[in-house]
Amino acid sequence: MASLKDLRNRISSVKSTQKITSAMKMVAAAKLRRAQEQAEASRPYAERMDRMLGSLAASVAGKAGAPALLAGSGKDDVHLIIVGTADRGLCGGFNSSIAREGRRQITALQAAGKTVKVLCVGRKGRDQLRRDFADVIIDTVEDIAKPALKFDSAHEISERVIAMFEAGEIDVCTIVYAEFKSVISQIVTTQQLIPFVASAKADDDATAGAGDEKLVYDYEPEEEKILADLLPRNLAVQIFKALLENNASEQGARMSAMDSATRNAGDMINNLNRVYNRTRQAVITNELIEIISAKEAM
Amino acid sequence: MPENKVEFELVSPEKLLVSKDTDMVVVPGEEGDFGVLPRHAPMISTVRPGVISIYEGKTVAERIFIAGGVAEVTPTRCTVLAEQAQPVSEIDPAAARQSLQDAKEDLADAKTDGERKAAERQIAVSNAMIQATA
Repeated sequence: MASLKDLRNRISSVKSTQKITSAMKMVAAAKLRRAQEQAEASRPYAERMDRMLGSLAASVAGKAGAPALLAGSGKDDVHLIIVGTADRGLCGGFNSSIAREGRRQITALQAAGKTVKVLCVGRKGRDQLRRDFADVIIDTVEDIAKPALKFDSAHEISERVIAMFEAGEIDVCTIVYAEFKSVISQIVTTQQLIPFVASAKADDDATAGAGDEKLVYDYEPEEEKILADLLPRNLAVQIFKALLENNASEQGARMSAMDSATRNAGDMINNLNRVYNRTRQAVITNELIEIISAKEAM
Repeated sequence: MPENKVEFELVSPEKLLVSKDTDMVVVPGEEGDFGVLPRHAPMISTVRPGVISIYEGKTVAERIFIAGGVAEVTPTRCTVLAEQAQPVSEIDPAAARQSLQDAKEDLADAKTDGERKAAERQIAVSNAMIQATA
């Protein structure tokens, strides 16, 4: 049986672990609130962008000369997958579930004979994918949410993607990230960025907007030019939105992971304390028996 | 919303910057400035770097500099999506001139098309900024 000193040491080490996990939980909760506020604040822009693009896309649909970002390059041989994860661990299954989805898609696409390129956002995703797919990872973007997630960083990523697309290096681009539902549930989502797909929500908005009569817009300059300007912006916005969702999801996942770690540590301390007290009593009883039997033998 | 007002919104990717009812908004469109009054014909236009003027009655209540974007106009609403925006009163002319200088140097040093485009864009933005404060 473990000695009293061993038990004391274990109890104190579990206690300090508990302090750390509960502090991490607090920090995650504070960051989560900020991330949620940020995600909320960015929503109006994305919504309006969606609405405009929806009506624009509808008006150029079927016409020749639509921008390539909308129509695609006409092939689907090379896929770029942006895998968005966190830079740090200790957030439950957050990183693994995104990496798993990424891995599944890479394998499926490769099995279908497509070329796959991977752009990792976040160290953890890269670390997990590097084992199997080191040769398809083209780059990793790190520390994107440090000190705070900025639109500029999303813009940089989108510019790289567009440059690759225009150079004909990729045909299709998708992003994998975790959509934030609540603190305990984050849903791994895959979204296609190139070619542009009007979101189902935009369609809803278009029909909802039909209440105050369906608006026929004038375009200045013509549709194609606006689209050429709007699509790259939209790409940046979509990436930004995904990163914001991811950021909130990461903090949410970390918060619940740390919450259960703290609770586990509490249970463990209780158990160890019980064993410790029982052992202490056994030691005392033993000593008493020794004294009494020594006395009786005299 | 009052009958004869335009609901003006200025939105950046990070947040909703301005949202208010105004009498008229003048937006620097790609092909010339345009004023938006209530019951304007619906339209979508790209916006060049310049100043948005918000009118209360017959006077300019607010001037906001934006570094380009898109505007959506409906009979009751005017929405401008912009990446960068700041009130004209907060622009520092010296800083704007400095960034123009930097951009010109960048343009001279630019090697790739992308760098050149970025520098040219920055020059246009800085020029518009200096004009706005003049």
